[in-house]
Amino acid sequence: MTDTPDNRPFAIRTYAPDQLREALKRMYLIRRFEEGAEDSYMRGLIHGTMHLSIGQEASAMATCMELTDADKITSTHRGHGHCIAKGAEVGRMFAEFFGKETGYCHGRGGSMHIADVKTGNLGANGIVGGGLPIAVGAALSAKRLGKSDVTVCFFGDGANNEGAFHEALNMAAIWKLPVIFVCENNKYGMSTSTERSTAVKHIAERAVAYAMPGITVDGNDFSAVAEAVHHAIARARAGEGPSLVENLTYRWRGHSKSDRNRYRTKEEIEDWMARDPIARFRAELIAHGILDESGADAIAQAAIDDVQQGIEFAKSSPAPAVTELTRYVHAEA
Amino acid sequence: MNAMTQETGLRTLSYSEAIREAMALAMDRDPTVILMGEDIGVYGGAFQVTLDLIDRYGPDRVMDTPISELGGAGVAVGAALTGLKPIFEFQFSDFATLAMEQIVNQAAKLRYMLGGEASVPVVFRMPAGSGTGAAAQHSQSLEAWFGHVPGLKVIQPSTPEDAKGMLLAALDDPDPVMIFEHKLLYKMKGPVPAGHYLTPIGKAAIRREGRDLTIVAGAIMVHRALEAAERMAQDGIDAEVIDLRSIRPIDHATILASVRKTGKLMIVYEGVKSFGVGAEISAAVAESDAFDYLDAPILRLGGAEAPIPYNPDLERAAVPQVDTIEAAARRMIRREV
Ligand SMILES: Cc1ncc(C[n+]2csc(CCOP(=O)(O)OP(=O)(O)O)c2C)c(N)n1
Ligand SMILES: [Mg+2]
Repeated sequence: MTDTPDNRPFAIRTYAPDQLREALKRMYLIRRFEEGAEDSYMRGLIHGTMHLSIGQEASAMATCMELTDADKITSTHRGHGHCIAKGAEVGRMFAEFFGKETGYCHGRGGSMHIADVKTGNLGANGIVGGGLPIAVGAALSAKRLGKSDVTVCFFGDGANNEGAFHEALNMAAIWKLPVIFVCENNKYGMSTSTERSTAVKHIAERAVAYAMPGITVDGNDFSAVAEAVHHAIARARAGEGPSLVENLTYRWRGHSKSDRNRYRTKEEIEDWMARDPIARFRAELIAHGILDESGADAIAQAAIDDVQQGIEFAKSSPAPAVTELTRYVHAEA
Repeated sequence: MNAMTQETGLRTLSYSEAIREAMALAMDRDPTVILMGEDIGVYGGAFQVTLDLIDRYGPDRVMDTPISELGGAGVAVGAALTGLKPIFEFQFSDFATLAMEQIVNQAAKLRYMLGGEASVPVVFRMPAGSGTGAAAQHSQSLEAWFGHVPGLKVIQPSTPEDAKGMLLAALDDPDPVMIFEHKLLYKMKGPVPAGHYLTPIGKAAIRREGRDLTIVAGAIMVHRALEAAERMAQDGIDAEVIDLRSIRPIDHATILASVRKTGKLMIVYEGVKSFGVGAEISAAVAESDAFDYLDAPILRLGGAEAPIPYNPDLERAAVPQVDTIEAAARRMIRREV
């Protein structure tokens, strides 16, 4: 190191090249996984509905950058990206979406309940705001049990109007718990824009009411998210309490499989698609010599291969036995 | 309106169209009627039931709420208490669990607690049931929970005609009414009278007359029970199918009369079997003179003792289907239960 200040983006100067390449790989994996899920849905291999996070990959990946398997996350209905960013395998995720016994929830949960408890993902949630108090509880466990683990609580802009949000933030603050509330503000809760649903402009402004730091960042800028979450994690691990980080981002796809996009314009969608967080991160890594074009292409291809294998694994996996309908309702004797 | 409509007053509408027509009619007749709920405006509601109503009545009467079920339901209760008639849509009936406080402690009890000095004419619309692959938190049948609460009325129309008439009756009612709409019925079509009419709350309907056994069912289960009955009819088994329509109040008289006639009772419902509608009806029969007419044990066919699973085969197995209803009824006829 020389004496000149390091002006490179936070992520580039903070993480090892291997870590950065792995992060890019996982972002591609999220994108290709969701495209694969969408395609499988179209082919009738997946039923129900699903909520895709395409366009929001930097928020998921950069937030999880410094988390270990012992750190916890609570996720949302739009949770595929969080699950992959936290370390899940796409094969077992596809198996879950295909309703198979080999899936992370043994075919009982599907997309909306995708989880991987072993890597610290306590689960997506079908209830908007459902994960917020649970995250506070996980942070309480860590504190009481004398662990340095933190909990990241993902939630959407829409969730900030549930009572659970306000109750959870208050308790996290009064008990100084190691939790990081990460709002993925993609401008809409289903069809309702934050302008129409929320009294404040930015969700981070809510932090003031609960005496915790709140910051709004460009959620499609990997490094900006990583930096904000880095400081929040440091504060949590130091026993100083919770923080709120708001990642401004956008979902390219409709809310779910039944969205006709009547509440937003084509121009708005295209404008955000031009701000692709993956292309941006890839270009940044190349610009800083972490990768060259062919290295990046190889990473992108590896994600495609993983997804292909994952789908094959899911297809060839067995379904749960119908006789086991009531299994997992209670602990087994 | 086309010519046929003017002559007979009957059109073929889907269940969701019938509900939408009822809401539009109510808003035309009564300026105090408003709609509230999540994404009921330009989105048209998660099941497209309120489709285009915002274009016709504007955002002041078709109000998108934030994602705030407790607050939203409570605002509807407060508005109902003071002169408006809100129809509050829960996007999925499962989310009423977030609003239990306002429904159970406030809406249901205010008239009583205030000694009859107040009235809460609110209607809660409750898209319910499984069969859509939406798993444990979006597929429940919680109607029996609300049947346990004095002060509430709980209805579950099974046809487009009843959906319209019962929603209008709910609006006409001075007390809170929860209308459970099975999601699989939304696209079902049937004849619906034009204009304003009321289908009384608290009256069951005999959908098929029969001599050999009584099947009491609600919502989608009415259609499954009817199909099972038609299959059995080919073998000379003559089942009576009663559409419960209303859970609170429940039409005991119609059920008891049928049991006196057939001597056999089976109750088919999607909610979890135990502590449900089946237990209530069984007990009512056991407590009445109709008990003496039974010549076989009562049979409850309800949902499995499990959350609704995601896997489609497990999901199907979790609630009564035509096959399972038929098989159970045949066992009952053979007195194998
Ligand atoms: C308690 C509850 N209310 C409503 C819904 C239906 N619903 C699912 S996602 C969603 C929008 C959530 O918006 P946001 O929190 O911004 O997350 P996003 O979908 O934008 O990722 C709604 C209304 C739900 N699942 N749970
Ligand atoms: Mg959102």
